[in-house]
This record gives sequence, C-alpha cells and structure tokens, in this order.
Amino acid sequence: MNRILEKEFISDQVFRMRVEAPAIAAKRKAGQFIILRTSEDGERIPLTIADASAEEGWLELVVQVVGKTTKEMSMLEEGGSILDLAGPLGRPTHIEKVGTVVIVGGGVGIAPAHPIAQAMKNAGNSVISILGGRSRGLVIMEEQMKAASDRVMITTDDGSYGQKGLVTDAIQKLIDEGLKIDLVVAVGPPIMMKFVCLLTKKYEITTLVSLNTIMVDGTGMCGACRVTVDNKTKFVCVDGPEFDGHCVDFDEMMKRQRMYEVQEKESMDRFQS
Amino acid sequence: MEEKKLTPKERLQIPTQEMGEQDPKERIHNLKEVPFGYTPEQAKLEATRCLQCKTAPCVAGCPVEIDIPTFLNQICEGDFKGAAKTIKITNILPAICGRVCPQEEQCQLGCIVGKSLKTVDKAVQIGKLERFIADWEMEQGAADTPEIKAATGKRVAIVGSGPAGLTVAADVRREGHEVTVFEALHKPGGVLIYGIPEFRLPKAIVMTEVENLENMGVEMKYNMVIGNIHSLDELFEQGYDAIFVATGAGLPMFMRIEGENLNGVYSANEYLTRANLMKAYSFPETDTPIARSKNVAVFGGGNVAMDSARTALRLGAENVYLVYRRSRIEMPARVEEVHHADEEGVQFLLLQNPVRLIGDEDGWVKQMECIKMELGEPDDSGRRRPMPIKDSEFRVDIDTCIVAIGNSSNPLIPDSTPDLETNRWGNIIADDQTMKTSKKGVFAGGDIVLGAATVILAMGQGRLAAAAINEYLKNGEW
Ligand SMILES: Cc1cc2nc3c(=O)[nH]c(=O)nc-3n(C[C@H](O)[C@H](O)[C@H](O)COP(=O)(O)OP(=O)(O)OC[C@H]3O[C@@H](n4cnc5c(N)ncnc54)[C@H](O)[C@@H]3O)c2cc1C
Ligand code: FES
Repeated sequence: MNRILEKEFISDQVFRMRVEAPAIAAKRKAGQFIILRTSEDGERIPLTIADASAEEGWLELVVQVVGKTTKEMSMLEEGGSILDLAGPLGRPTHIEKVGTVVIVGGGVGIAPAHPIAQAMKNAGNSVISILGGRSRGLVIMEEQMKAASDRVMITTDDGSYGQKGLVTDAIQKLIDEGLKIDLVVAVGPPIMMKFVCLLTKKYEITTLVSLNTIMVDGTGMCGACRVTVDNKTKFVCVDGPEFDGHCVDFDEMMKRQRMYEVQEKESMDRFQS
Repeated sequence: MEEKKLTPKERLQIPTQEMGEQDPKERIHNLKEVPFGYTPEQAKLEATRCLQCKTAPCVAGCPVEIDIPTFLNQICEGDFKGAAKTIKITNILPAICGRVCPQEEQCQLGCIVGKSLKTVDKAVQIGKLERFIADWEMEQGAADTPEIKAATGKRVAIVGSGPAGLTVAADVRREGHEVTVFEALHKPGGVLIYGIPEFRLPKAIVMTEVENLENMGVEMKYNMVIGNIHSLDELFEQGYDAIFVATGAGLPMFMRIEGENLNGVYSANEYLTRANLMKAYSFPETDTPIARSKNVAVFGGGNVAMDSARTALRLGAENVYLVYRRSRIEMPARVEEVHHADEEGVQFLLLQNPVRLIGDEDGWVKQMECIKMELGEPDDSGRRRPMPIKDSEFRVDIDTCIVAIGNSSNPLIPDSTPDLETNRWGNIIADDQTMKTSKKGVFAGGDIVLGAATVILAMGQGRLAAAAINEYLKNGEW
C-alpha cells in the first residue's frame, strides 16, 4: 500500500499524483518508471516517474485519463492509497554532457521529459525544451520545465497557446536559426516521436525516444512490451524504455498499442455505466 | 492387516487405480481442476500394489529422495498423518509436486511393479498417492507449524518466491534464522501462480503453502524487483548475512520468424500470466484483457504449450492447433498433460514447424505458414533431429498465436551484480552441491541456475542450498 499525499487535476484530463514510496524515491533515476495496480482485480499499468524526492520519500506521477484504470486512479484522493507499486523499472537515461540538448515533450509526455531535462541541465548541458499539445489545456508543467531549461518553446495544434503548429516545426526553427543540436530526447505520443525522428534523421541529430508500450510484469518475463529496434526484438521494460529513435519501428509499435482497443473501450463503458 | 499377507503376485493383480476426472466436454468450459483425486479406499488399494522391494528404485528416481516405501506402507495401514510426516521430511510442497512432477520419468520410472507389468503406466501411482496425502492433510485444517529453533540473530534474504525460494525459506527458517522473501510480482509462487493454470494446480494450494511459511515467521515482501530497488550488495548492507537467488528462468524465447510481433502473437508467459495471475478469464469484471480467439496456434510440445492450448480452449477458442516439430513420443510434456489436451480436443500438428506468420493490414496475425518435417539422425539430446521436407509448406488461418518454446534467463540480477558469474546462456553459475555462487554469501538455485527445468529440481536445489546456507551461517566459511 502506498499512501496518496497529493492529487490535483492539472488540465481537463490530466492529473498529478504524489505517492509515498520512500525506497523507490531514493533509488530512481531519470527515465525510469513504475508499475502499479489500484485494486485486487486491477490491471498492472506502467507510469513514468515525473518527479521524486528522496528526502521526503515520494514519487510524482502525471497521468492522462485514457482508460478504466487511469479513470479509477483519477477518482482516488489524498489520504487514499495505491494497492501495489513496483519499481524503479527500466534503464535510466544515459546522462552526459554533450552540449546542446533539445527535450521534446508531447502532451502528458512532458511529465516524464521533466526529470530528463533536469538531469541534462545538472550535467552541464544547455537545455532547450519544446512542449507540444493539441490545445492550451494539454500543455502541462510549463513552470517546472522552465526551471529545468535554458529556453522553452511551446506549440499547440490549434494555436490556442504558443506557436500554432507541431513540435517538429519548433525543432525545424532551431535548426534554421543555425543552432548546433547535439542530442534530441523525445517523449510523447508515438506519432509525435516518429515525426521527430524522421526530421532529426534528415539532419543526422542523435535522438533518444522513451517508449510507452503495453506491459504486464515489467521485469522481462512476458514480452508484452516488445518492439522492433534495428530489426531486432527488444523488451521495453528491461532493454528500454529509451532507444535510439532512428532505429525504432514506430508503425509496428503503434499497431501494437491498439491491440486491446475494443476491450479497453468495453471496460471503460462498463465502468462508467 | 489383511493386505500384509498378500504375495507379490497377488499385489501385481490389483488393477492400477484411476482418479475420477471431469468430463472433457464439460471441463473445457470451466477452470476447475481436472482430476478429483483418490478416495481413501482407492489410495489404500493403490498403495497395496507396492511390493516394498528392498532396492527401492523409486527413491533413487526422486530428486528429493522421499522415503516412498515407508509412506506407501503408512497409507496401507491407514496412517495418513504418518505418511504426510514422512513425505514432508524431504518435500515441503507435496500437494504441488503430486500434481506437477513428471513422475513417469522419475519415481515411477524404475518401479518394479511397472517393470513386471511391462509398462510404466502400470507402475505404482506414487504421484497420485503423494497428492492424496497432501490433500488429506490440508482438509484436516491448518498444517502443524514445524518447530523453529531458537533465534540465531542471522538474516537471510531470498529473491524470488517460486518453488526454489519457498523451499529455502522453510529450511532456513527452521534453523532459527530470520527470513525475508523478496518477490517482484504482487503475488507469491512464481510459475506456480502465474504460469501453471488453475485447472492443473489450484491456486488455493499455493496460497496455503505460503501462509504456512508466514505462520513460521517468514516475511514476504511483494513488488520488490531486486537488482532495481536493492542490489545484492545493498541487501548485505541492510544486514542480511546470506542471499539466495531464485529468480527463475522468466525471459521468453521467440522463434525469430517473420511476423512474430504482430498483434495476437503472445509468449506463453504473457498469455498464461494474463489468464492466471491477472484473471483475464473474468474480463471485463476484472481489468486485464486477453485476445478473444477463434483459431489459436500454440508452438511447442512441453507442459507450457499444453497449458497454453488448454487455457485457450477454456477462454472459448474453437480450434486450438498445437504445432510441434517432432512426433508425439518426443514431446517433453508430462504424459498426463498430453493425454488431457488430446481428450479436450487440442489438434496436434506433429512433425510440422512454423516458418512465418502472416498479418493483415491492421497488424493482426491472420495465418501461419508451416513446413512438414521428418525425423533424421539423433541429435545431442538423443532425440531424432527433425528435418524440413522441401516444398511442403502449407498455411492455416489463425487469429492468435502462442509461442511456448522455452525461456532463457532473466538478466536483472546478473546485470546489476557484476561479480556474479553467469554462463553463456546467462544462467548463474553455482556449485552443484552447495549452490554457492562466485560471490561470497550468495547462493542460487532453481531455473535461474538450471535453465527452464522442473518444480522438483528447483526444490531439490533449494534443499541443497538451504543446508549450505545453514552451514555457512554457523561457521562463516565460504
Ligand atoms: C506454464 C508452465 C508450466 C509448467 N509445468 C510444469 C510441470 O507440470 N511440472 C514441473 O515440474 N515443472 C513445470 N514447469 C516448470 C517449473 O514451473 C519451473 O521449473 C519452476 O517453477 C522453477 O522454480 P524457481 O523457483 O526456480 O523459479 P520460478 O517459479 O520461475 O520463480 C521465480 C520467482 O522469482 C521472481 N523474480 C524474478 N526476478 C526477480 C527479481 N529481480 N526480484 C525479485 N523477484 C524476482 C519471479 O517473479 C518469480 O516469482 C512449468 C513452467 C511453466 C512456465
Ligand atoms: S512487460 Fe513483460 S516483459 Fe516487458
């Protein structure tokens, strides 16, 4: 059981939850995730760690309501608890001083991008963060990202906030400005990561992506999380979650993400009625 | 008393006792256990078939050397309690082993009764009797908690709660050491819980065994992925004096054929974990989904393949094909599992091998392509090597595919423990008598050492390790 210390909606469908997990908080590194279960018959779902405090013993998760489990989680309140929490899982982001790092966060992907931006900055890199969302409400954690970056650019699909356009437009703009980018780290919807990679490949900029596949155990035991990277099958939970974006088969990954579309909808409808 | 006077010849004339079973047509619609177990009368009759021979080849065939003639004799005398005690001297999990051990290759293989009657099928049914006794004991209520010696102040960490870990927990705790079991998942039991299905091994049995351990004072900690949350060195820093690593084989192998990452293609581990541990059979009352399949292909010929095929039937599949590249006699599964799968309508595609999976435009598997095989010369394993027959490819429509061709070793502990030696398959190297690894204070056993093996071999290594751990904690010698 892990106690919920804080919970608040930060946009329409996205909430932030702070849970007590001292051992994980002490151990986690940027880029790692946890798996949790909210009830006895519940699913095990992976969530990237958005923030943590080793001193105070908590983790912060930023969650978008997309299905039954996240809906159920969104209804939990401060003082309540999460049944099971296992982690930290996955390999941490390789943090190194490389020069200029562009961190791209799309929608709720901004949350896991945050600790990476922090760590990159602490390692002495110049960090430019690009935050993208469909509309204003989906651009989250702007203040925290500002604190972790030298420069922040914002794009929205509908132009309701920041520049109208896609995150790729912002990257293009940086390239056009003549900036030498040493590394791009992209976290967000697979389609966004795919297009970021197509662009950066053209300019030969090394790009890391953090993948959020379907998972069950998170320990390498089941293979639910497998993706094709460089024509080889990899398990996201133990080999990842970060990979060289130029080698990831995003089309296959996107199809695999939809494997339980029908059942997920059914589960949600049943829960809501 | 009467039976005592029976001559060996008369004993040989007693027919082998069969357990009652659920009708195959009915049981594929439920998850209940297939066999009902012996009645006490049947158990006594079956035990009476034992010749009490001096050589006891059965004991030699048992990886944990249960004193089989003694417990069979106790059954004959109606001393079920005594029989339970005899078994538990060397095997703490008889209700499980009675159900899942490959007895026909172990204790029952050498049985003189089977030899005299010219078939191992007619050997004394030691496994069924072991199960009978264990079930009888459970029905009597809580098992007696074994005596725990005075506290030694020493602490032992066990990583993984499968049969190897549970065995060590019991044996080490009995010596008075403090024991903590760290398990990565939210439930204990390892493969016994997430892999082997309810209809073959009721989960209540596994949970009862774990409760018995807790009653002995063993502490269970779940959701603890060792290697990530604590390294082995950190466990030592926290005050543990010895560590037993029993993390199992869990890293599924795939065929490495085209189309294996299509939707609808599962490793057996994933399929069974969703169905068993996550209760996907009750979806949408429970939250974890699983494919709703019509035509399922299972690749492999072991217990895992049989469990997957039979689970698919119970989840409503109309056709379940089991594709195996050798013939039926070479199948590594327990004979009973093959027989049950056959009875339930699993279609065996023997001497055939999948060569690729074909998907539709949305990325779902829709067909498998197989090639026919013939058996050639024996290979290293002594089994005849299957060879593809040229131009014999054919296709079968499927919507789900379960790959059950084995597991290799999980890398989490070796990766986080550089001074722990592994072999080229990633298995931890341990001394075969003491289970000591290359790292001081660390012992290992079960599938992580053996590669995917069996419950009883995992327990056997657990017993050896426990003895060595107890010794090490006494004299500190490595
Ligand atoms: C479907 C299936 C059917 C089978 N049928 C039979 C059968 O009929 N008869 C038979 O004898 N054998 C059978 N086997 C094989 C048998 O189950 C295994 O040989 C046996 O369970 C191995 O025991 P173990 O204790 O070594 O490991 P496991 O049972 O694999 O347990 C390992 C445990 O360690 C945990 N773990 C792993 N990594 C970590 C970590 N880093 N930190 C903490 N915990 C960790 C795992 O979650 C797991 O609970 C079957 C296997 C499968 C998969
Ligand atoms: S989630 Fe099961 S192997 Fe990655």
